[in-house]
Amino acid sequence: MLNWWLPENVSTYGGEIDRLFHLIYWITGGTFVLVFVTLLVFLVVYRDRPGRQARYTHGSTPLEIAWTIVPALILVVLTFLSVPAWSRIKMQMPPTDIVIQVTAKQFNWQFTYPGPDGKFGTADDKTMLDEMHVPTGKPVRVNLRSQDVIHSFFVPQFRMKQDAVPGREIAQWFEVTKPGKYELPCAELCGFGHSGMKAWVYVHTPEEYAKWLAENVNVARAAAEEKPAGEAKKDEPKAETKTRGKAK
Amino acid sequence: MAHSATATAHMAHAGHHELGFVRTYIFSTDHKMIARQFLFLGLFMMIIGGLLALIVRWELAWPETPIPGLGMFLPETGGAIEPSAYNMAFTMHATLMVFFVIMPILAGSFGNFCIPLMIGARDMAFPFLNMLSFWVTGSAGLIMLSGFFVDGGHAAAGWTSYAPLSAVTSYTGVNWGQNIWCISLFIMGVGSMMGSINYITTIINMRAPGMSLFRMPLVVWSLFITAILLLLALPVLTSAAAMLLFDRVLGTSWFNPSGGGEPLLWQHLFWYFGHPEVYILILPAMGIASEILPVFSRKPIFGYHAMAFSMIGIAFLSWIVYGHHMFVSGMNPKLGLSFMITTMIIAVPSAIKTFNWLGTLWGGRIQFTVPMLNALAFVSMFVIGGLSGIFMASTPVDIYIQDTYFIVAHIHYVVFGGSIFGAFAAIYFWFPKMFGRMTNPALGHLHFWPTFVFFNGTFFPMHILGVGGHMRRIYNPTQYEFLQPLQHWNVFITVSALLLGVAQIPFVINFFWSLFAGKKAPANPWNSNTLEWTAPSPPPHLNWGAHVPTVYRGPYEYSSPESKDDFLPQTVPPTPARARAGRH
Repeated sequence: MLNWWLPENVSTYGGEIDRLFHLIYWITGGTFVLVFVTLLVFLVVYRDRPGRQARYTHGSTPLEIAWTIVPALILVVLTFLSVPAWSRIKMQMPPTDIVIQVTAKQFNWQFTYPGPDGKFGTADDKTMLDEMHVPTGKPVRVNLRSQDVIHSFFVPQFRMKQDAVPGREIAQWFEVTKPGKYELPCAELCGFGHSGMKAWVYVHTPEEYAKWLAENVNVARAAAEEKPAGEAKKDEPKAETKTRGKAK
Repeated sequence: MAHSATATAHMAHAGHHELGFVRTYIFSTDHKMIARQFLFLGLFMMIIGGLLALIVRWELAWPETPIPGLGMFLPETGGAIEPSAYNMAFTMHATLMVFFVIMPILAGSFGNFCIPLMIGARDMAFPFLNMLSFWVTGSAGLIMLSGFFVDGGHAAAGWTSYAPLSAVTSYTGVNWGQNIWCISLFIMGVGSMMGSINYITTIINMRAPGMSLFRMPLVVWSLFITAILLLLALPVLTSAAAMLLFDRVLGTSWFNPSGGGEPLLWQHLFWYFGHPEVYILILPAMGIASEILPVFSRKPIFGYHAMAFSMIGIAFLSWIVYGHHMFVSGMNPKLGLSFMITTMIIAVPSAIKTFNWLGTLWGGRIQFTVPMLNALAFVSMFVIGGLSGIFMASTPVDIYIQDTYFIVAHIHYVVFGGSIFGAFAAIYFWFPKMFGRMTNPALGHLHFWPTFVFFNGTFFPMHILGVGGHMRRIYNPTQYEFLQPLQHWNVFITVSALLLGVAQIPFVINFFWSLFAGKKAPANPWNSNTLEWTAPSPPPHLNWGAHVPTVYRGPYEYSSPESKDDFLPQTVPPTPARARAGRH
């Protein structure tokens, strides 16, 4: 099978994508073998030899109808098989209480958690740079935004990709099945620092995630209560951006 | 018709002795000279585009190491490529290859050469416009090349130039480079419009007596359909390029959201042009293969009408599939579903063509000449490119493989495996007619076999990289932990690509050696049926002597029982005895 080259799938919908991928792989692989064996056999059998006479024929309507209808049927079936996965991944949004605001900019990913009040745009929001934490076993909603050019949110092991387009917010979701540390590269050319624009997704078990949340996002609340509102979250990403200037 | 024929015949006598060097070789209105000019333009640009590709490949295999020989051009880095230069290299590689290599060679050169000669016309409908088309396209090419020398470097936002990356100077640091990109493509678009109007008019109005539409060779059909696509698609690109330029220099905000613009508008415009463009690049190559396979199988093409109608079907469908480039762009996902359906359907006419090509070989008497080998490479590589397209057509799978090397593999199987092998096939096939001399078959084999092997060595492993998640357009794959186990493929691909480059040397030698010292070509070296082989090699000004040929039958009557030879040219009148024999 192909599993040795597709990265491990760790999302709930990734399996559907992989199943379709393998189905198409076998269909196209079979067609490939069929066409190439036919081609090679024809090239050997019908090569020019003394005394060989070419067959005078202009075609065969039944054959041509057959090889129009058969591929058409296969492709229509493939289309219908693709619809449910697409609709589940891109057209539906499972209810969830884990919402993360993802803001892409040249050449970083910012992840904003709403804080204990569950609302964005308030003083207790907590923003992380190039580092996202999510739990397993729960759908996670990410609201993708961009501050400058088009970027693309791509986690190969989640089988998830979505462009972040400036001027709009695009809501996406994923649900991870296995804890770990996964790379999140930008998949859309975004300038000279495109290569190397990446973040890490830390996937925790629900308990670890609760612990992480308490230690990191609730710290933000404590800080926000002490400091004047709004200061804490604005300073942090800027300071961290400086440390990652390698792209230049 | 008769009137204009005598008028042009008159012109033939008047014009023959008066044309000087400039009017014959530079500002020529003769379609054959313009075809040669387009060919030289395309081949020259192919060298630059190819070298840019090798720079990209070097960087991917051995990131941030100096490229041998580049030290004298880039003294400040010692020959190593910086990220912005890398972005420029792949942007210009694709821009040059698409707009100034494949289009000039397939549509420009072979369109100009084949259409009048194969339909029995003395020249294009508008010879002056034809000349203008070349010089406008050539100027666009020069303008495009000038971008390499401006401050800030050439365009570096990808050949797709997605806004707002391309629309705001500070996002890339490229200023005039991107402007020049827009201006050049605008001018190129005007040039190609001139050409396409000319092709359409010529094919509709100037066919020889007896040359009905369904007696036209399939390459003429393919060029006819290509010209219609060019006429309708290129204005969208020229408008989009103008809008992008206005955003950049006049402060409009078509595509920039900070001024109320919409980034996805660029993608819609670009791909509305861009998808028909893919078929503009591949349809002439399909026509060329449909021309060469019957000649060297000594058999009629299998399913002539299906071949013509499937190209028409592709042309229609090509307008409503473009959204498959935008499945994860933020376009409404419901729209994605409709584009998936149309994209799956457009695979059907391509399948029909493939099976008909196989049908043409079936029961033939196959001669492995150099043009035939290249045409067979076209068919087989196009099959791989077509099949890999099905992965992307399925929207859920595309979520994963969009913007990975799988796409890079796919497009190169279509435009290199398809269009470029088609171009090589056409060059080897029509060289005797175009230049009056035969190419050297030994050098031709020495060019074909390594090219075929190293082409696959270069592009097939890209599928594996793509399935591994390797993104396109990244400067240094070793920056990603999940790509590090795949890095050996990048090295393998680059070594293949370098050898693929070396494999083109026999072609260059063969081309120029044959041009001056090749064996003199007879009028019909391949025993072919179509009209261009009834003219001398090379054809004189206005192509035929006193009379244009009259056509009596379709173009693919090989091994017909009507003739004792294994070919029956379109111009041979049916004798009553033959007509009777044919009826049995």
